[in-house]
Amino acid sequence: MPLLREISTLLAKDFRLEWRQRAALGGLLLYVGSTVFVCFLSFSLRGGTPPPPAWNALLWVILLFAAINAVAKGFMQESPGQRLYYYTLVRPQAIILAKMLYNALLLVAVGLLGLFLYTVFLGNPIQDAPLFVGNLLLGSVGFATTLTLVSGIAAKAGGNGATLMAVLGFPLMVPMLLLLIKVSKNALDGLDRSVSQQSLLTLLALNMLVGAVSYLLFPFLWRG
Amino acid sequence: MNKTVLGIAISIISLLVTLAAVAGGQALIEQRIGGRGWKVLTVVLLLGASAAGILIDVPRLPIVNESIRNLFFHVPMWFAMIMVLLVSVWYSILYLRNPSAQLDILSHEAAKSGIVLGLLGLATGSLWAKYTWGAWWTPDPRLNAAAVAMLIYGAYLVLRGSLRDEQQRARVSAIYNIFAFAAAIPLLFILPRISGNSLHPGQTGNPGFNKYDLDSTMRMVFYPAVIGWILFAFWMTQVSSRLAFLQLKLDEK
Repeated sequence: MPLLREISTLLAKDFRLEWRQRAALGGLLLYVGSTVFVCFLSFSLRGGTPPPPAWNALLWVILLFAAINAVAKGFMQESPGQRLYYYTLVRPQAIILAKMLYNALLLVAVGLLGLFLYTVFLGNPIQDAPLFVGNLLLGSVGFATTLTLVSGIAAKAGGNGATLMAVLGFPLMVPMLLLLIKVSKNALDGLDRSVSQQSLLTLLALNMLVGAVSYLLFPFLWRG
Repeated sequence: MNKTVLGIAISIISLLVTLAAVAGGQALIEQRIGGRGWKVLTVVLLLGASAAGILIDVPRLPIVNESIRNLFFHVPMWFAMIMVLLVSVWYSILYLRNPSAQLDILSHEAAKSGIVLGLLGLATGSLWAKYTWGAWWTPDPRLNAAAVAMLIYGAYLVLRGSLRDEQQRARVSAIYNIFAFAAAIPLLFILPRISGNSLHPGQTGNPGFNKYDLDSTMRMVFYPAVIGWILFAFWMTQVSSRLAFLQLKLDEK
């Protein structure tokens, strides 16, 4: 199927570009590492680990900002000429799907690494680890699907793209974040899984909805 | 079994009514139907419902007391906001299918009317909360959801402001309008239901007004008020888009 081949080619291109410009990837990892370390330093002033609610809130703040930084450069680093070149080669659906997939993989990696560093430095109060990690994966994929189209929109404005992306992206992510934080609180407290079931299903449905709407709308954005 | 069938039937009917209202609203805004009569009706409905809302007998409840009358003002404003935002999204979809400056103006003005009504809804709700809950703002799921909706449409205006090229502004903001509506607005209705512990009337064990409205007098005022506010939202959109059309004509000269 040609669409699948286009997606895999674009995905390979994105990974190769990322690997060649390791500065961006390194910057992202350093960003996560240094924010975690700053949290560690400030909490160590008052005897070690933060209380679980603060632990939870800080983790999601770090992941949210890392996600915005990671996704923001996706469309913005490409020049208009490059975009025109892709436009002649592949269909827009392949571009948005490949970009969403790439961002999802990137954010899952950043999320897992962030969680690892976070637990190493700030302790591990999680009581239901599989649920917590599953929720984290769902969250990373959700961030990627929401932010990919937003970064495409912000790239159209040129200039202050990164600021615009935060302005456009944050309100859209608040509902998702509320669900994610609720489920991760349940996992921290080790509550029964049936408590989180409805929120998880809503998150999954929201991810699929956002992905489908992005798939439908992106061709119109790309045409300009 | 019978109950599910009834539920599905009610959902389908309300969906059809909503779609009809959106189509009717567009016809009114574009002055295709209605003439002057519907504006007279709007004035009569709004004045009548407001006067009746202040004057009629309402159930005496502890704490809530007379503030239950906010039902005739606060709730219809949210209904009108949702309707006019739906109209805005529909214009955005039409724009993407068939771009024109007129559709862009209509979608933008409808969204602005929605923002005005949303702010009015927040203000009346906040006033009510001060006298019944004792605070202007509480971290209630319903209130958070309303704030998020306002932030999203604020972001829509910021996006419009930051794009210079007119065609690009129209296309990109239409895309964001649809995306934001699809991603966030449905959740604003679902989220308060699943996050529980809401103090808002009609949520998680807090009865809405229909439980106290035994003889349906409140309904007799409430429904006309809803229709009046929705018509008012369409009227506001019509006037502001006519102004924008005139400015467009002046710019073209």
